[in-house]
Amino acid sequence: MDVHFFEFASFLYLLGTLAYLAYVLFLKGVLSNIAAAVVSFGFASHTLAILTRYFEAGYTPVTNLYESLSFFAWMIIGLLLMANLKYKIKVLGSFLTPIALILMLFALALPKEIFPLAPVLKSFWHPFHVIFAFLGNAIFTLTFCLGVMYLIQEHQLKAKKMGAIAKRLPSLSVVDDLSYLSLKFGFPLLTLGIITGAVWAEYAWGRYWNWDPKETWSLITWLLYAALLHQRLTVGWRGRKAAIMAIVGFLAVLFTFLGVNLLLPGLHTYSKWQ
Amino acid sequence: MELLVIGLNHNTAPIEIRECLAFPEDRLEEALSKVHALSSVKEDMIVSTCNRVEVYAAARETEKAIHDLKGFLCQYHGISLKEFEKSLYTHVGEEAVRHIFRVASSLDSMVLGEPQILGQIKDAYDVSQQANTSGLILHRLLHRAFHVAKRVRTETKIAISAVSVSSVAVELAEKIFGTLEKKTVLLIGAGEMCELAARHLVAGGVEKMLVTNRTYERAVSLAREFRGEAIPFEDMTQGLKKTDIVISATNSPQYLIGHDQITKVMKDRRQKPIFFIDIADPRDVEPKVGDMENVYLYNIDDLQKVANENIKDREKEAQKAETLVQDEVVKFVNWYRSLDVTPTIVALRKKFEEIRKRELEKTLSLHPNLSDKEKKSLEALTSAIINKILHTPITLLKQTNEEAMADLYLDALRVLFGLPEKSLETFLEKFEEKQEEEETNLEDAF
Repeated sequence: MDVHFFEFASFLYLLGTLAYLAYVLFLKGVLSNIAAAVVSFGFASHTLAILTRYFEAGYTPVTNLYESLSFFAWMIIGLLLMANLKYKIKVLGSFLTPIALILMLFALALPKEIFPLAPVLKSFWHPFHVIFAFLGNAIFTLTFCLGVMYLIQEHQLKAKKMGAIAKRLPSLSVVDDLSYLSLKFGFPLLTLGIITGAVWAEYAWGRYWNWDPKETWSLITWLLYAALLHQRLTVGWRGRKAAIMAIVGFLAVLFTFLGVNLLLPGLHTYSKWQ
Repeated sequence: MELLVIGLNHNTAPIEIRECLAFPEDRLEEALSKVHALSSVKEDMIVSTCNRVEVYAAARETEKAIHDLKGFLCQYHGISLKEFEKSLYTHVGEEAVRHIFRVASSLDSMVLGEPQILGQIKDAYDVSQQANTSGLILHRLLHRAFHVAKRVRTETKIAISAVSVSSVAVELAEKIFGTLEKKTVLLIGAGEMCELAARHLVAGGVEKMLVTNRTYERAVSLAREFRGEAIPFEDMTQGLKKTDIVISATNSPQYLIGHDQITKVMKDRRQKPIFFIDIADPRDVEPKVGDMENVYLYNIDDLQKVANENIKDREKEAQKAETLVQDEVVKFVNWYRSLDVTPTIVALRKKFEEIRKRELEKTLSLHPNLSDKEKKSLEALTSAIINKILHTPITLLKQTNEEAMADLYLDALRVLFGLPEKSLETFLEKFEEKQEEEETNLEDAF
């Protein structure tokens, strides 16, 4: 049942992506409204997918790669819908929806059977660890998109081109402010994710920190964002430098999430696909 | 009756001639009445702006009206036709319709897509209404023109991007700062360009204006004009620290704002973005300053380049607008042609209706015992018969787009049914007498 909801959600995200791309091409407000509506329905279906899986499996469905990808994409779309309510940056959907779609398509290719929970994952802390970590990741995805937007728009302004691209992107200050804001939310969540992870590790393996590749890389990610936050707070870093750092940080997020699982085996690898 | 426009604009006439032929606003009504007094003209309206002078008319006799209007222009302005005849254009019928649609949509303007012209035409139309010189035809024409202009504005992107240097500056500032609210502008120097750009920024919502000048008194007077604050020239660096947008336009032969100076300023500003608009010649801001992070530097050429790009965009959009105008011209011309057949249709209906009434009365008087219901049935029956008979010829008349064919049909109908030879004009006059509501559409009449 959950898989059908999931497939339907993927289909709607695909339609939403197309509509958002059409919006970028034709700059017609109605297209972005259609896209947002389609994506909202996709999100509803996606929510049902996660809920039905939660009830069928009897545990929070964040235990293997399929579930994690799905959860990650769900958070990204949820964040997009929230941002749509508060900000009038229509082009945001054109960035975030395709990313969520890629995660969904990746997940669709993975085995989706519900297995009994591995003993090590049977913990009060595990769901919190994963939810915080992915909330942080979703927010950092937003920060990443804003960073890309900033760099493109800044390049347009520096190159003195006020053409089609500049028209489609929001102003630098709006992007930079929102980027800073997202960092202020994302960083504490990542921190919480790591702390709850450590607590869980203490229960599961008897040690708070095991220096397995996932832990090492999340520490690297955390340090990168900590550095960015520090520079923003104290030196007044903003704009270009902050945008580049947000992009680098997101690459670290991606590697921690996917690269480590696929390339560096360790304690976090529970099955072939986590 | 034919629509026509006779006039000249920025493309056909130099400013000296346009000035000679312009109608001062306060004397426009009087001029309209003079045109109205011409026997060849039925309705008239005059558009007089700094870029164009045009007389629109619904003419009783086209050739005579053109001649009379030219004569009027000479006489009114006291110049001979020779002096401006070459600059004059005359459009008749469909071309006149297209012309006013294009003018109202700002497709004929010097700056493509500029918004003022529509207002100017509306004013011209209002004056012609006050002077009572515009009637049914100009009325309809102008309302359609406003409609076309609105469509062009909303359905194409003709007016979307800035095409003047100062509006480009505002657009850029908005791309950098989002909103101009709570932003501070520093004016260095003075000059027309400088003030114009500043005025645009103030209109865009800038909160605070700082003014500096080598001559402090000038700074003070300019600051007063903008309700801003004058600062001594030596304190410019201090001013730069508090400013978001700098407009510089001094006569200084060397750079006034250097790279090292701004490096320090940026540090003090905690890298808050700053936007330099350098409209001085020679330049006031060292070009290297523009390479710094969070510093945006545009000189006058850069701004002009952006404006030119936008103008190219507008030209592309103008092509779309032309198609739209063409659609509307066809619609209007169809309506206008229908005017030709309208009097005949009305006469034809009247004739049939009279016959029906007469015959019905005869029948009813022969049968006094009929119930009300039966009377009503007879009424309905006879009406249905004439409607059915008239349906085909009337539809044909309304749909005939070819003038020669329409004339043929009209003549045939007049002869076959013995209709009076009624001209459109007398019909319109009667129609207008009856017409109380300004907005009533002729088509509603039948």
